[in-house]
Amino acid sequence: MEESQRKAYWQANIKLVLMLLAVWFVVSYGFGILFKEALDAIDLFGFKLGFWWAQQGSIYVFLLLIAVYAWQMNRLDRQFDVHED
Amino acid sequence: MTLQTMTYLAVGLSFALYIGIAIWSRAGSTRDFYVAGKGVHPVANGMATAADWMSAASFISMAGLIAFLGYGGSVYLMGWTGGYVLLALLLAPYLRKFGKFTVPEFIGERYYSKAATIVAVICLIFISFTYVAGQMRGVGIVFSRFLEVDILTGLLIGMGIVFFYAVLGGMKGITYTQVAQYCVLIFAYTVPAVFISLQMTGNPIPQLAFGSELTGEGVALLVKLDQVVQELGFNAYTLGNKSTIDIFAITLALMVGTAGLPHVIVRFFTVPKVRDARRSAFWALGFIALLYTVAPAVGSMARLNLIDTVQPGEIGAPEANLVYEERPQWFKTWEKTGLLSFEDKNGDGRIQYYNDANPDFTATAESYGWQGNELSVDRDIMVLANPEIANLPNWVIALVAAGGIAAALSTAAGLLLVISASVSHDLCKGMIAPNLTDKSELMIGRIAAGVAVCIAGYLGYNPPGFVSQVVAFAFGLAAASLFPVILMGIFSKRINREGAISGMITGLVFTAGYIIYFKGVFIDPIGINTAEHWLFGISPEGIGAVGMALNFTAATVVSRVTSAPPEAVQALVEDIRVPRGAAAATAH
Repeated sequence: MEESQRKAYWQANIKLVLMLLAVWFVVSYGFGILFKEALDAIDLFGFKLGFWWAQQGSIYVFLLLIAVYAWQMNRLDRQFDVHED
Repeated sequence: MTLQTMTYLAVGLSFALYIGIAIWSRAGSTRDFYVAGKGVHPVANGMATAADWMSAASFISMAGLIAFLGYGGSVYLMGWTGGYVLLALLLAPYLRKFGKFTVPEFIGERYYSKAATIVAVICLIFISFTYVAGQMRGVGIVFSRFLEVDILTGLLIGMGIVFFYAVLGGMKGITYTQVAQYCVLIFAYTVPAVFISLQMTGNPIPQLAFGSELTGEGVALLVKLDQVVQELGFNAYTLGNKSTIDIFAITLALMVGTAGLPHVIVRFFTVPKVRDARRSAFWALGFIALLYTVAPAVGSMARLNLIDTVQPGEIGAPEANLVYEERPQWFKTWEKTGLLSFEDKNGDGRIQYYNDANPDFTATAESYGWQGNELSVDRDIMVLANPEIANLPNWVIALVAAGGIAAALSTAAGLLLVISASVSHDLCKGMIAPNLTDKSELMIGRIAAGVAVCIAGYLGYNPPGFVSQVVAFAFGLAAASLFPVILMGIFSKRINREGAISGMITGLVFTAGYIIYFKGVFIDPIGINTAEHWLFGISPEGIGAVGMALNFTAATVVSRVTSAPPEAVQALVEDIRVPRGAAAATAH
């Protein structure tokens, strides 16, 4: 594998991970903790919104993030021809 | 059928299943024993990881903690699930590509140093032991309550079972037993939750029910709960009583700690391909999320049910509290365990439950004729008692017992395996006797597991502190020691041996020191464990987050001033970053 290819693959990987971690941070530490009080003013089907993010919403997003990661990385592997078998 | 018979039946049947599976899939080789021949399907591996992860703490304690902490309990929900994102994105695929058996092996090779391996083994054994002791305690509590034996007998039964299949089966046996255990525990957790949700709100889905309106009351469950707990002098349920910075730090420490727990990481060595490591993490979190999104619903409903039971009438009215002599059957059974107790402070024969530690509420309480809170409830009993409080059928209660035992046993077995692997593989084969045959290595692993069961059983009988204290310790240490060096080992080529060792030691010493200072594990606490004495207002539960930051800093600074890692190690880092060429499931 070319050195430049290897670098590009790793860069793309890092970029994807950073983007997903930004979302990870925003839903849990942002919505669920730092902005919890402000969001609590909004009602979501009987839940205060900030409280809902902390006890429900963040978990659903975490799951989604891993799904997106697995899917995007498999695509990236094929694109750079580093996939297995 | 009586509850007693039903419980024997449920626990007995589930055990027969686990033991049957353990015998059927007995490990033949060393690699089978440690990592299941790397041939486990991602969905099965995900379920096993979930069972491994969801311990007695998740199953028995968490919803109870949330019931009393309200919003503050969110740290466990976000912390113990968010860690999987870190694990999946930052560690799992690369460690699978690396393709060895254990975490210390990775650290030893990446940092080309036996000293680093030894430090890692010490961290790992310490983390696993503190954790497994808590599990054995959980096993003891469940057995003693449902089989009505004393806690020592309960523990001995549990030790026997754990030893039997962890030692004989090895990883492969454990993987399939854990799949079975996951099914038992998730069924046992959700069935009562669905029943109670229906009962209280008419909505069968617990995740939605705790936001729904209460049947016949026209007010949402959480709104009612907020109102009732405030009338009893507590903080609003959806507000909790932890400071924002502390919530932030605890969540971070638990997340990073989760990603650094060796018995969870090692799971990702067992899948056939790098691609499967990514998928496995998804399935694992999916199966975990099933329980974790139900837990807050269980918590809020249990709290409201408990209050409704002891305070059936209007708060403040003299006739509104439950008369002690008329208490329900479940109350009496739990009183026998000593985990629930009543003391009639104002001598009216009725039970008053309120927050007597709130100075603003003292005058109100006195005007009601209350002279202190009369009910003390151990948080750990909430999940087990909840189906009884809600008057659910006996078979549901029996099921919960089987589920609790499944949760505690599966985690204990996974941890024992990690301990035995580090002793036999990392220490004996890696350091002391490199020429050890597979057979003797396997034997040493089994002996190590046997010894570990005995020590864990002893610690479970004489715990060095409360389970929560011990667990905080395990997570803090994992966050401050193992996670940062594994992460930097993958994402930086510049971090070297000197950096990694100083980072691990800095993180470990700082975190352990802070926790011992305030919580006094094995010794009396030195500091006063209240917010104004804490560093930046961060409690010992959250201090692992600071320890982690110190680890990163120390490792970076020390690596900068010492020489770069050798070429071969840099090539190794390049290699694990690319999926192709991962050792197949059969060759090594």
